[in-house]
Amino acid sequence: MSVSVSNLSKVYGEQRAVDSISFTINSGEVVGFLGPNGAGKSTTMKMITGFLEADNGDVKVCGLKNLDDPLAFKRKIGYLPENNPLYYDMYIKEYLAFVASLYQVKKPMLRVAEMIEMTGLQREQGKKIGQLSKGYKQRVGIAQAMIHNPEVLILDEPTSGLDPNQLVEIRELISNLGKEKTIILSTHIMQEVEAMCKRVIILNRGKIVADDSMSHVKARSHKQAFVNFKAKGKKAGNFHIDHIIFEDLENDFIRASSTKENALNEKIYNYCVENKFVLQHLEEQKNSLEDIFKQLTK
Amino acid sequence: MYSIFLKEIRQFFSSLVGYISIGLFLVLSTLFTFVFPATSILDTGFASLDSFFSNAPLFFLFLIPAISMGMFAEEYKTGTIELLLTRPLSLNQIILGKFLAAFALVVFAVLPTLVYYYTIYNLAIPIGNVDTGGIIGSYFGLLLLAASFVALASFASSISNNQIVAFLIGVLFCFLFYMGLDFIAQLPIFVGRSDYFVEHLGINAHYLSMSRGVIDTRDLIYFLSLIGIFLLLTKLVMSKKK
Repeated sequence: MSVSVSNLSKVYGEQRAVDSISFTINSGEVVGFLGPNGAGKSTTMKMITGFLEADNGDVKVCGLKNLDDPLAFKRKIGYLPENNPLYYDMYIKEYLAFVASLYQVKKPMLRVAEMIEMTGLQREQGKKIGQLSKGYKQRVGIAQAMIHNPEVLILDEPTSGLDPNQLVEIRELISNLGKEKTIILSTHIMQEVEAMCKRVIILNRGKIVADDSMSHVKARSHKQAFVNFKAKGKKAGNFHIDHIIFEDLENDFIRASSTKENALNEKIYNYCVENKFVLQHLEEQKNSLEDIFKQLTK
Repeated sequence: MYSIFLKEIRQFFSSLVGYISIGLFLVLSTLFTFVFPATSILDTGFASLDSFFSNAPLFFLFLIPAISMGMFAEEYKTGTIELLLTRPLSLNQIILGKFLAAFALVVFAVLPTLVYYYTIYNLAIPIGNVDTGGIIGSYFGLLLLAASFVALASFASSISNNQIVAFLIGVLFCFLFYMGLDFIAQLPIFVGRSDYFVEHLGINAHYLSMSRGVIDTRDLIYFLSLIGIFLLLTKLVMSKKK
């Protein structure tokens, strides 16, 4: 149990930003936090790192509580905050050396050079942080989070502002790190979660609406089948099959969905043949993570 | 704490803040001490640095809030405070590191003025006929006054995320403690009753007492408690923001 959170709550005025959530994450897990804006992802992360005090509930990281021994607790965590705040007037190496000194890293300059190589900052290493493009700043943010080789990495939107090549590199970096470390990351991008995470926690309005392994969440989506089809001159109102719901889409497409029927396309085909409808198009839809996200966070 | 101290010093000198504030202080104090006739010691006929020691606090009144205004306000505004507070650092270490860095900057500004002492030492007749004890006491007093200003200004910086607001509040606090309480003591309701007490809540009474060359424990305790109280208040504000 690398990170365990129980009944964590945070209230801002009237709004319950985080409403008594609980989960445990084992070491070597990469967990994705998903949720619409204002769902409480960042607030939860801030409470795990100890930056925000929880109104209620407990956080344990590697068996340690923040209040018992804050310094040992904070040593276990590497953190990339939302919006990646950095000192723009410092040089990359200067900043990373400063961070290394805060953790009393042994042979700091060696470690700084290692991090610069790991995050692909070699070409930019002589620059001030303020002169870097957004993607490179993001790399500095990731480098400072990992410099002390923490057991738990908490990354709030680690891939925002990266170009597609950088995206792939950073994803690989995170996936590789995830083999030995516990990583919690948040993102709005579904593919990101699919690419990097073994487990996903979906938050909505401060509550956990789904907490499951990636494969389970996907499997859950197959329980509901979708078929998009087109029949010449027909509307959703022309179709009547038990347990299947029809709705009109754009361009005369009709969507059929059902939670009980599995062989939807067969039923629709047979129905069209029986009623002499001209079927122009029939396509089974896979329920993507995005659809699940939409359903859960409505 | 040493890392924070070092980082702050580096930032002072990588962003011109350090050079400009030290330069401005030295230019102003030299002009007022040796050039402008109203306060120039060359025209007074006495080998004393009194005019420097009475002008320097007025420069500090603006310069110290200016160098301290970003101390916490900027960290909160840009979010870098989040990085500091999630490191293995205690609040005490962060506040003390920053306080000492700003104080060190003031010490760097004051150090070159030792040349003034050398100047009047040589101008005096006979050479060396100066009140060295008084000047040492005055320097002590000036540094303690500067440290108090830094503590007041850091508190101001912690209560607002806006640097300009932090600067203005800092000037207000420094003014209130340096001169404001003296003026308040002269109000009719205090005169003859508690004016002595109110006056001694302010910095000036203790500063003047030190410039006589006597380092009184009461003055020392006053300065140290003023610094301590405002650093504690800073800590209180920062832990409230969590």
